[in-house]
Formats: sequence, C-alpha cells, structure tokens
Amino acid sequence: MSLDFKYGFDDFFRDETYCDDFTYRNSPAAIRRFPFPFDRDEYMYSVNMEPHVPGRKGSVFEKTFDVDEHYLSEMRDRARVLARDPLRCQSLPHMTLAGWDLLELIMETKAREYPQWFSLTKDGTHWHWINRPLGIDQKFTFLDESTLPYGPMEYITRQTQGDFTLQDERDGTLWVDAGMVTTQADWSLDFNIGMNFHEWHAPVPLAHEKGIFDRALKFLMKLQHGSPVRRYNWTMTVNPLLDTAPETYPEWGHMRTALTQENMGHMMHLRVELQTLYRLPRSNAICFDIRAYLGKFEELVTVPKWGRRLHRVVRDLHPDLAAYKGFLRNRDAMAQWLSHYDDGAPTSPGWWPED
Amino acid sequence: MTKTEFPPSMISRPVYGVLEPRAGALHLIVADGEGAEAVAELVAKDSSILPKSHILYTAGPNGTDLWDKIAALGAKQAQKAASIPTLLFRLARVLQDAPMGAQIYLTGTEGLMGQAERDVMALGFPHADIQKEHRGSTVRRVQCVHCKGITENVKTDPFQCSHCGLHLFVRDHYSRRLAAFQGVNIDAEDKGHIPPAVERFK
Repeated sequence: MSLDFKYGFDDFFRDETYCDDFTYRNSPAAIRRFPFPFDRDEYMYSVNMEPHVPGRKGSVFEKTFDVDEHYLSEMRDRARVLARDPLRCQSLPHMTLAGWDLLELIMETKAREYPQWFSLTKDGTHWHWINRPLGIDQKFTFLDESTLPYGPMEYITRQTQGDFTLQDERDGTLWVDAGMVTTQADWSLDFNIGMNFHEWHAPVPLAHEKGIFDRALKFLMKLQHGSPVRRYNWTMTVNPLLDTAPETYPEWGHMRTALTQENMGHMMHLRVELQTLYRLPRSNAICFDIRAYLGKFEELVTVPKWGRRLHRVVRDLHPDLAAYKGFLRNRDAMAQWLSHYDDGAPTSPGWWPED
Repeated sequence: MTKTEFPPSMISRPVYGVLEPRAGALHLIVADGEGAEAVAELVAKDSSILPKSHILYTAGPNGTDLWDKIAALGAKQAQKAASIPTLLFRLARVLQDAPMGAQIYLTGTEGLMGQAERDVMALGFPHADIQKEHRGSTVRRVQCVHCKGITENVKTDPFQCSHCGLHLFVRDHYSRRLAAFQGVNIDAEDKGHIPPAVERFK
C-alpha cells in the first residue's frame, strides 16, 4: 500500500517549483483572487477572527478548503520536504482519533464542494475516496489505520494544501499535539509539539502584553463543531519558498541578502496565511489550518490599490514586528521599491482589489 | 547559595519555585550540584518526610559535589549517580514502583530538572504537580533545530553545535518534551559572520 501520485497537470493545475529554479508564479486570475491581508494603510496585531462562511464567488474563501492552480505542485513540494525530513509530520499517540476527524472533514467537504475532482462514497465504515487531480483511488475502513498507507492525518494532509495542526483541549488550554507542517513561516513542529497555547506563541513580540493570546484562547475554547472561524496572518518571503522552516534556515537564510532594486519585484513575496479553525466532533480537538499564499511584489502592484497600500504598511511597520517577521534588514529597500507604486492617492477601506 | 533568580523572559521559558514538603506516600527527590542545599532546606522544614524519602543525586556540571550533605540527611534511600544519564536510568526504575500520591521534587540545574521532568511526565504525571527549585549552574541544554542534536552544558551564546558544527544562537524558547532550549544558526544569512561568544550561562 502506498500513496503514489499521478499528477494531472493541465490548463488549470500549474506544473511549477518551490525550490531550485523557483518557477512558481500566479496567473492573472490568481493575482485577482489573492487574499491581500491589509484592509487599511497600516498594520498592528489583532485577533481579527470572523466566521469561516462561504465568501465572494471566485475568492479564496468561496469554498471551505480552497483548491487553486498551485494544488498539484504544492503537494509535490510537500512530498519532497517529507522525504527529506519525516519529523515535519508528527502525531502524539492520543491524537489518532483527531486525525480521523480531520480526514472525514476534508474528504466530505472536498467531495461536496469540488465534485469534479473529489469523490467520497460510504457503505457503513467502508469508504471509497477518489482524488482525480492526484490520481488516487483508495478504498479503506474508517477508523481502521491498517487500511491506509499512512496515519489518517498524514494521509489526508499529503493531499491538502496548507499546514495543519491538531490541538487537544485539557487543563483549560490547548495543546499542539499533532501536525503536518511543511509550509511554515519559520517555526518548528518538532520543537513545539506538546506545548500549550501560550508556550508555542511565546516568541511572538508585543502580542502577549496586549492580552491578544489570552483573548484568542478564550475565544477558541468556545469554538463549536460546525461553526469554523478564520483569520489572516502574513509575512514576507524571499523567493517562492513554501518551506521556510527553521530546520532548513541555513539553506534559505542567505537568500535574504540577495535582494536588489532590480530583482525585488520578482524575488520578494508577500506571504499570506489564511488560518481557519475547526472544532472536531469525536475528539473535541481543534484543527488549525494554515494555508499559505505567495504573491510576488510585481504581481501585487498590478492592482493599484494594493501597490499603494503595501508601500504604506511596509514603510510604517513597527520595527519589532519587521524583525520578528524576518525582514527588518530589507524593509527600507522594500519600501523604496514599493514607493514607485504609491502616488499618494487615498485608498478605499477593505482589501478587495477594486471596491 | 540560594534560589536562582532569572530575568523576565518569554512564556515558554521555565520558571522555578521553592521546594515545599507535601503529604505523600513517597518523596522522590532528584538533585544535582548545589541542589543538595535545597534538599537540606526541604528536609529542615519537615523531617518526617525522611523515612519515606528516596534521593537520587549527582554532581553538578560545574563540579560541585555535595554528596556528603545528602548522605548525612538520613533518608530511607539515597544514591549517588555518576552522571545525569545514569541517574535517569535509576529514576526510570524507581518511577515504576511510585505509588499514587508520590511527591516529586527536582532541584539543581535546568538540564537535570528538565530531563527528570520529561521522564516523569512521560508516565502521565502532570508537570504542574512536579516541584522544581533551581540551584547552581545556569548552563543550558540546547537542541540544534537543524540537526536535532542536543549539546549539554552550553555556556556561551553563540556556541558551536557539538553534532553538526553549525554556530548557533541560544533562544529562550524551551520544549519540555525535549527538555531543551532551542539553538538556531547565527550565520545563515551572512555566512561566516559569527559574533564573539559571550559567556551568558555560568
């Protein structure tokens, strides 16, 4: 039993790379639907949660789990990362049931929302899963690990864009006790697994003092099955690296020193995390989906409103935040490049490209 | 020497209290180096724990060996181990027989307390129920986030990973599961630019 992909690259699913020659880019349609995270010309932390309900048609939250043109290449990159470092996917022994919850959530949702690509049929506990873009046809027994080539969390997240962590709830807090983490903004699952909510957020500057994590935890503990929520986070990434893990920092850190005004538009990426949270029904665990979208500066400034706003946010960001997000050394050069796309005109509230 | 005061830091960085005797069927006490003084103070608060006490002790990473002080206390059982790893073998065996209501006291360096806590927690013992008091050396046990190797008794920041040889800076981010602080390559962005090592941990 194995999980061998037969990649169905076509006019929609792009064949591109997130390493070496970095052929990743967004089509014009993908730029228009990019989840630009700034709804005003400045940025400071906030919990900024909202219900994860279907959004505007064509947007990244039209569907529960957005499947976009990068799907197949992203799954190929995940397989590459896991082959090099299996510790990127770990599940403590008590988290297997939460893994089944997650598998069920993703399979049922994708089959319902994307019937042209995914299919799930059930005969009692005998399930039949078809993933056409990846060429998978799998019959298995729900809740029987021996019938899948990987544990349930790993099996389904090898086929789903976005990092996933599973949080157990006990002792009045949440514990990150399982995860599939190959597209992260510089944090280590292997180091953090087993930590509680305040511990794994410990390195974040400014936010503890503002009470943000106390409020966020209180909010999450009340999360109900069937009522998922979402928020954004963002950072900057040089080159379209999905895998900016601390483990491989010696391989990608030096890329931050290669920026010039000439290559800035192509090399610098706004990295947006669409984070969604789901209460899982059997385990009572909370699933945290961290979906990364990469947009090149030169792609984003094709939307005039975003060019103006991105310049103002980068220029005025608190230096502690720029340092934490890892781009303090390049901030001035980034602002300089972006300034050519800011004519000083006012921007409209909200982050949609035109309105 | 009294309890160590650490400067304020991030929330994952462990903090330590002062050992207090609690009622229990067994008092399992693990100490290294100057931790022997904290054990003596614990016993002085309530010597009635001695007939139910089992003390595991080893010298500290700075060479401090106060075994005579431990031996003189008169605990039901006391053992001097040659090193932290050999102490942990014995601890694992003792924990197999630990009854409900056993009290666990850890004192000395962070490396000793962290590893003992990790092994105790692995048996389902809540970490908040394990008492800890820091004494003695502040050297750190650090995991290289790149090669995953642990370097014991780190004194300087940055330091060189004893496994892969990368130069690492020492974060305050701490994993109880690994019983280690995190070390991250300091010259990943500017290769070869390694600041002079500063003795931060004594």
